[in-house]
Amino acid sequence: MFSAEYKQELDKITNKYEQKRAALLPLLHCVQEKEGLVTPETEKDLADYLGIPVVHVHEVVSFYHLFHQKKLGKCHFSVCQTTACALRGAEDIIGHIEQRLSIKPGETTPDGKFTLNVVECLGACEIAPVMQYNDREYRGLLDKKKIDELIEKNK
Amino acid sequence: MEKIVSRHFGQPDSHHLENYLKDNGYEAARRAITQMTPAAVIDEVKKSNLRGLGGAGFPTGTKWSFIPAANPKPKYLVINGDEGEPGTFKDKYIFEQDPHALLEGIIITCFAIGSHKAYIYIRGEYTKSLERVQAAVDEAYKGKYLGKGIMGSGFDIDVVVHPGAGAYICGEETALLESLEGKKGFPRLKPPFPAVVGLFNCPTVINNVETIACVPPIINKGAEWFAKLGSEKNGGNRLFCVSGHVARPGVYELPNGTTLRELIYDHAGGIPNGRKLKAVIPGGISAPILTPDQIDVKMDFDSLKAIGSMAGSGGIIVMDDTTDMVWAAMVAARFFAHESCGQCSPCREGSGWVYRQVKKVYLGHARPHDLNNLPGIVNNIGGNTICAFGDAVSMSVGSYVSKFRSEFEAKLQPAHVA
Repeated sequence: MFSAEYKQELDKITNKYEQKRAALLPLLHCVQEKEGLVTPETEKDLADYLGIPVVHVHEVVSFYHLFHQKKLGKCHFSVCQTTACALRGAEDIIGHIEQRLSIKPGETTPDGKFTLNVVECLGACEIAPVMQYNDREYRGLLDKKKIDELIEKNK
Repeated sequence: MEKIVSRHFGQPDSHHLENYLKDNGYEAARRAITQMTPAAVIDEVKKSNLRGLGGAGFPTGTKWSFIPAANPKPKYLVINGDEGEPGTFKDKYIFEQDPHALLEGIIITCFAIGSHKAYIYIRGEYTKSLERVQAAVDEAYKGKYLGKGIMGSGFDIDVVVHPGAGAYICGEETALLESLEGKKGFPRLKPPFPAVVGLFNCPTVINNVETIACVPPIINKGAEWFAKLGSEKNGGNRLFCVSGHVARPGVYELPNGTTLRELIYDHAGGIPNGRKLKAVIPGGISAPILTPDQIDVKMDFDSLKAIGSMAGSGGIIVMDDTTDMVWAAMVAARFFAHESCGQCSPCREGSGWVYRQVKKVYLGHARPHDLNNLPGIVNNIGGNTICAFGDAVSMSVGSYVSKFRSEFEAKLQPAHVA
């Protein structure tokens, strides 16, 4: 169950909407920001909070790829593989990360430090090849050197 | 050339209210609310020939006029900022560098359609845009440009910034409404159209970010001025996004009548490393691909439609002569297979099937019958689905096969000999 303080924070989001359920996406972002992922327990808590069946929360969590059901590494690469990035060498970037970290897309290193995900267009084709770093800022005009620096920094 | 939507791009702190106010900010909204009737605003926008810049190119004023005035339910304006069409990144610049232009457009649009609440749906990956727009909304509330009785008038308006969560399909307007209601992004059957049954079952207008950012300048300078900038039925300029094999990828604001050749060679610096153009996608990945002999086309909706492609979202992806077109088709097909929402079987099954078939050709495992089957598979998706995503799979992947068939044939294994 959410604490009273936690619930207050969620209420602030929910109050902006005509219908409580409409707040589900921002609510999920909010809990994921705190917990790093969305667990089945959180899905149940949110369902109770919104007064909807838990399946309606789960189908949303599993539909949108920004919601994580597994714990990610401390450092999380989401590398774009769509056309504009592909034309500017995204495959080499992904291959280089795979080789450096010995993981495949969707995997996390055994020490829990790095996760590699491959995603579709991030809307930053002007700085291709591009990745989103830790679900926040974009890193563009990627090359092997920039990848190596990011990996060294987070080792 | 006079810049309109991008006029503040690149200026320091252009996203702050005080800087927006210095350039006549919110004066168009003030004038619309205090001196015009809603019908007069809609009429002005109709006369300006402003068309939906998210991709469909539907006349904006006409869309607004579909809102039934007599309907007693609340009316909503929803801004589609789920910018996800590969090759497109223009709305991000408006969000980050001129959010108040968007907010002013929202005020005028809400006034025109009789709405008192707008939602700005921004794709979840755009964290900086989400922060910038929320900060602008907070500033606008503080300055009484949003809220109750704005700018001393009797007009009330609330604006909510809503984050998406990484699903291309939510750029489809009815999927976006579902998403905004807290559901999976499954497109709705139309009719009923959103103008009648939209968000929370109420009349709703859904407009692209750039479209709405064009509205204040139209009110300030007049419909005639705006209409004259464009081509015949396509008013104003457009933010074109150029990426791929060009020397200067980026956003370029240019008149709708600009040709694709000018965009690639004059503005984006041409193809680097002395290479030659091989192919170009003119309007986001969903638009059928063009060959070098077609690039004298004007970049407005009607001209691109006339040559069998589309202006779409204004995302131009350039490919040089080192590009393997079977590989490029595979990358596009992979995108569609990944982003199909799964609601309609022809698209859910078909997009994956198309990807596997193109990949088979690319890897050199395919035989002639595989290639011969491909157009049939592709063409049975489009037209058989609830939304236009299925059509996009057909048009996009189909165009690579029809225009570069010899490259596909060159990778085939010989047919089995009986």
